[in-house]
Amino acid sequence: MIRTDPPARDTHDATPLASGLFCVLDGEPRLIASRCESCSEITFPEQPSCPRCASQSVARELLGPWGVLWTWTVQTFAPKPPFLAADSFEPFGVGYVELPGQLRVETRLTESDPTRLRIGLPMKLTLIDLPGHPQHTTYAFAPAEGQP
Amino acid sequence: MTCDVAIVGVGKTSFGRHDDSAGLQLGVEAARAALADAGLQWSDVQLAVGGSMSAGNADASVSALGLTGLAFINVFNGCATGGSALTTASAMITSGAADVALAVGFDKHPRGAFDLDPQDWGLGQWYGQSGLMVAPQYFAMKIRRYMHDHGITERSLALVASKASRNGSLTPTAWRRTAMSVDDVTSSPMVCPPLTQFMFCAPGAGAAAVVLASRERAKTITRQPVWLRSVAQRTRQFGAFTVFSPSLPIEPGVETTTDAARAAFAQAGIGPEDVDVAQIQDTEAGAEIVHMAEVGLCEHGEQERLLLDGETDIGGRLPVNTDGGCIANGEPVGASGLRQVHEITLQLRGDAGPRQVPGDPTVGFTHVYGAPGVSACAVLSR
Repeated sequence: MIRTDPPARDTHDATPLASGLFCVLDGEPRLIASRCESCSEITFPEQPSCPRCASQSVARELLGPWGVLWTWTVQTFAPKPPFLAADSFEPFGVGYVELPGQLRVETRLTESDPTRLRIGLPMKLTLIDLPGHPQHTTYAFAPAEGQP
Repeated sequence: MTCDVAIVGVGKTSFGRHDDSAGLQLGVEAARAALADAGLQWSDVQLAVGGSMSAGNADASVSALGLTGLAFINVFNGCATGGSALTTASAMITSGAADVALAVGFDKHPRGAFDLDPQDWGLGQWYGQSGLMVAPQYFAMKIRRYMHDHGITERSLALVASKASRNGSLTPTAWRRTAMSVDDVTSSPMVCPPLTQFMFCAPGAGAAAVVLASRERAKTITRQPVWLRSVAQRTRQFGAFTVFSPSLPIEPGVETTTDAARAAFAQAGIGPEDVDVAQIQDTEAGAEIVHMAEVGLCEHGEQERLLLDGETDIGGRLPVNTDGGCIANGEPVGASGLRQVHEITLQLRGDAGPRQVPGDPTVGFTHVYGAPGVSACAVLSR
């Protein structure tokens, strides 16, 4: 069972692709994870048990919005369903972003040009509408070089 | 050390597209070929284990093979399904439940990358809807980080794919049978950088089967048994960098492949240094490189030198994927693990024809890896 205090508030206008994935706090998007109350391991998305120690005592924790790109690639072809495809497919970047002291999160990237992606690139969390599906919002990380 | 289980027969279909045959029928053909190789009848088989992802229930093949009433266990563990079939069949012989068992794997996939339902893999629908449930992404991200950490360059990726095509050209049942140069591979369309089209396997169709027998029974079947010295299957431990992981801990854990390989070598009493020929899961070129070190056949970062020196070629010190692996044969998920055992069996018998590893190889090794973090490894010997 996930303890959910303090409750995360979802004030974003669009519909999250899944509830419990992210929220908006003080105007900034945050990913919703769970922290194990036995071993302190953090897991994203939140889940009711700890994959490390199997404890069923976990609490909701919001992840930090800043990280660095740990690895990446580009999705160059349209995935099959259940991917929510647009009429015309545009390649998108995919990567793992390391959030210091927390974990590495798998994510879409707002950048898909291989010449602009590199391991170690500073990244910041943002929200995107899935192309062709403006009613579906998901999380992504954007390059944030030179930002605080 | 004695070994309780022998491989006494192997069979397979050709690999590629089989537009005119159902996947289940391919499994039947492979089973019949393995029985013919062993000189046995279906009625001699007391127990069967089989699996596929997209081509139906393995036990339905009894309607073609014969309704003998035998025990027939269906298994599925993603790309590691063949390893699970082998693990189960071997354990059933060791337990005394059967003297003769058949392991069969087959598949027939639609064109293109796999379409997987996230919920079948313990993930939310959002994961697939947002475009993350695509296996090639994982392999590209894994090899990119590995190259960064261990000094491997893109040339190694092309060398692996070129070798696969060369070995495939020597394998009559392979799908891709045209030898390709490093330049051919590098200049093929980029799929998921740094991986190009010809560095990837493609989901296809095919089947493979092996007949296993107890030590005592094997003596009455063949004068050339290949001993299954060990087989071990493992699921992921915490921290393994595995396919379809929405998050990973920063502190890495033991890779699933490493777990399975260590167990298989320990159980066999044989070390990686003793292996003469190996079949390694090569979902794409990077996977062969990573897995070579994860199973213990080389050090991390040593692969580029081994490839440049041709050491993993058929005439090299440690031939890897002598039949062209998944890259040349495609990936019918249920079949690939047993195709590997088929190839090692031929190599250890000296029956591999133009791709025979010279020097009478004695010890062989197989490795599969599949979603969502499962691996099986086997050690075989003459």
